[in-house]
Amino acid sequence: MVLELGRIPIEAIEWGAKTLIEGTVLHINRQELLERARQGDSRITGVQVDIARPGESVRIIPVKDVVEPRVKVQGKGGIFPGLVSGVETVGTGRTHVLQGCSVVTAGQVVGFQEGMIDMTGPGARYTSFSRLLNVVLVVDVQEGISRHDHEEALRLAGLRAAAYLGEAGRHVDPARVERFEVRRLLEAKPPATDLPRVAYVYMLLSQGLLHDTYLYGRDVKMLLPTLILPTEVMDGAIVSGNCVSACDKNTTYHHQNNPIIQELMARDGIDLQYVGTVVTNANVTLRDKMRSSEYAVKLLEMLGADGAVLSKEGFGNPDADAMMTCSKLEERGIRTVLLTDEFAGIDGASQSLADTTPRADAVVSVGNANEQIILPPMGKVIGDIRVIEKMAGGQSGCLVEGEIRAELQVVMGATNELGFETLYARGE
Amino acid sequence: MGKKLKAIHYLNQFFGQIGGEDKADVEPLVKAGPIGPGVLFQELFGGEVEITATVICGDNYFGEHMDDAAEAVLAIIEGYRPDVVVAGPAFNAGRYGMACGAVCAAVAKRLGIPVVTGMFPENPGVESYRKDVTIVETKATTAGMRDAAQLMTRLALKLARKESLGAPGEEGYLPRGIRRNTFASETGAARAVAMLLRKLKGEDYVTEYPMPVFDRVAPLPPVERMYEITLALITSGGIVPKGNPDRVESSSATKYGKYNIGGLKRLSPESHETAHGGYDPTYANEDPHRVLPLDVVRDLEQEGAIGKLYPYYYATVGNGTSVARAREFAREIAKDLVRDGVGAVLISST
Repeated sequence: MVLELGRIPIEAIEWGAKTLIEGTVLHINRQELLERARQGDSRITGVQVDIARPGESVRIIPVKDVVEPRVKVQGKGGIFPGLVSGVETVGTGRTHVLQGCSVVTAGQVVGFQEGMIDMTGPGARYTSFSRLLNVVLVVDVQEGISRHDHEEALRLAGLRAAAYLGEAGRHVDPARVERFEVRRLLEAKPPATDLPRVAYVYMLLSQGLLHDTYLYGRDVKMLLPTLILPTEVMDGAIVSGNCVSACDKNTTYHHQNNPIIQELMARDGIDLQYVGTVVTNANVTLRDKMRSSEYAVKLLEMLGADGAVLSKEGFGNPDADAMMTCSKLEERGIRTVLLTDEFAGIDGASQSLADTTPRADAVVSVGNANEQIILPPMGKVIGDIRVIEKMAGGQSGCLVEGEIRAELQVVMGATNELGFETLYARGE
Repeated sequence: MGKKLKAIHYLNQFFGQIGGEDKADVEPLVKAGPIGPGVLFQELFGGEVEITATVICGDNYFGEHMDDAAEAVLAIIEGYRPDVVVAGPAFNAGRYGMACGAVCAAVAKRLGIPVVTGMFPENPGVESYRKDVTIVETKATTAGMRDAAQLMTRLALKLARKESLGAPGEEGYLPRGIRRNTFASETGAARAVAMLLRKLKGEDYVTEYPMPVFDRVAPLPPVERMYEITLALITSGGIVPKGNPDRVESSSATKYGKYNIGGLKRLSPESHETAHGGYDPTYANEDPHRVLPLDVVRDLEQEGAIGKLYPYYYATVGNGTSVARAREFAREIAKDLVRDGVGAVLISST
């Protein structure tokens, strides 16, 4: 099973008469983009679009999701299956990627808003999204619709816009083609190698509104852990429906570019055998946590894994899911490394996690989300800056003449627990 | 080279060459230039830093007049406007260690001037001040003077130049128990896979977050006569009066609210809401009893199953709120409850 990712570098975005790629410039027909994003969704009353470029004095707030434009050019299925394409299995054939750009959805959903992205200044150091050409959709919805409907309307608008822009890359010759081959591991004869068998346990947040994740369009709250091809993830099989406390929520962009999958694929056959990826969830009840961790660990035993990388999403309550899974993996002799962020207080002096296990003896820290950052005013704000005081990580009075003093957790993806960034917290 | 950086050195009566135990009651005084071990420090600093003055205080005087002594020393130091303050090293001398720690902590906090001291890890000054002060690890006795002086002057120089320090292990200071963000050369994902491969091969690896050990509170025996006691309600689920009058934060709460429910039989979507940013608020806002069960408790009170309900409830948001902060809240709340004779508490979380 092979997926080729054809990478088309995008270095500039301009408004134009037709949506197409010329060299490394993406021209966008603005009106058509707006229509395609909206696609007759009666819940949406208006969409505005703006472009935020790296280095510009621009702040985007509140951000819900970030999505990479991709298009399926060969092989079964379409991008974001189950949501804006059918439900055929993706992950084989060829997919083109508009690399260096994204669709950002902005607009309020709940009172305690989403995240923010600064395109320059100290905040830009913490998130890769500051280094992308961002096509920002600010979506307004009908008064009085439920927050769940509101969330869904924004989510789908973002996916449709990304799929629409992705189409521009369908007939473009990519600058670089990467080949990802997934071996059939359950075949009778395993390859003759003594490289360690490594599996990936991919925890998806599933706690309700703005804490949900979708797999082929299915809300993973109801998921029993299951196997997925790494290449399906690259084709958008996993979509984010969450963003509160934006620092450690996986956006759709993070899923599409999951760095653990890329790392394991790159080292497969060299110093490890990548034997499989198990997606599991993180629900709110103890019974669900126990069920999912039991089932996920069983799948890893069936894969004959010697070791596992376990990624977490969110903090607090999901610490319990992660610790439970980690503890059971180690009990079964599957050596595990867990990625987590920390909530060690503004002064860094508190315990960082809500739950622990002595078996979690190999932990990668992706940073203390409570640490304070000072973000100077930006020349332009896309969205509404006043929400910062209510945002998780902000507080009343944290905004003074455009300058923000808040916790790092307001920055989209700053402590991403797939290990997308280089930040970490160390003991001093 | 720019202008010389200035250091002030703090010593006790012994190292300050005033005298032994008989002079331990000496009040703070100042002498120009380096004294005693300060001469070695000056030599190690070379030309870039000058020890302009040495402040000396008797260990007993400091220990018995902690606040006054620290104030007096602070006032002297402030007058010199130094770039860095060094104290000791105190080795394993307990009173001296406490004095060095207190001086350094006051200078760092009140004057914002960087500080370095040195102690043996078991010196009680370490436990008291490690969080606020850079403490170089020394031997127990003066046999470790040269090593200590070398480490202390190196760190003092860095701090005076306003450079940041590396990790404790690299720099030779005792961990302060503080987590601080920094950037690695590789992504978290690359570090995770590399760490796993080392773990699988049985090679050495260093976890980036050693698991903390949580406090375990032994449960009290069950309440025997519930019908006689006053019950209080506490929630970390963020149920606050509508409009969130205390502006309890949706995450990383810095406060809790204490709200009167003396005359209240029921909560309603009009009277209360959640301030919590960590869960789907739809259902708590629809019916706040789902998080703060006032309705059921009032019924129990009516039926005589509990003596009475305490007329206030306490609410905070447990979303990313640090354990240290939660402990502070709990101390204050418990004081109230104990004072008012509350016999049991129902805590609802989310």
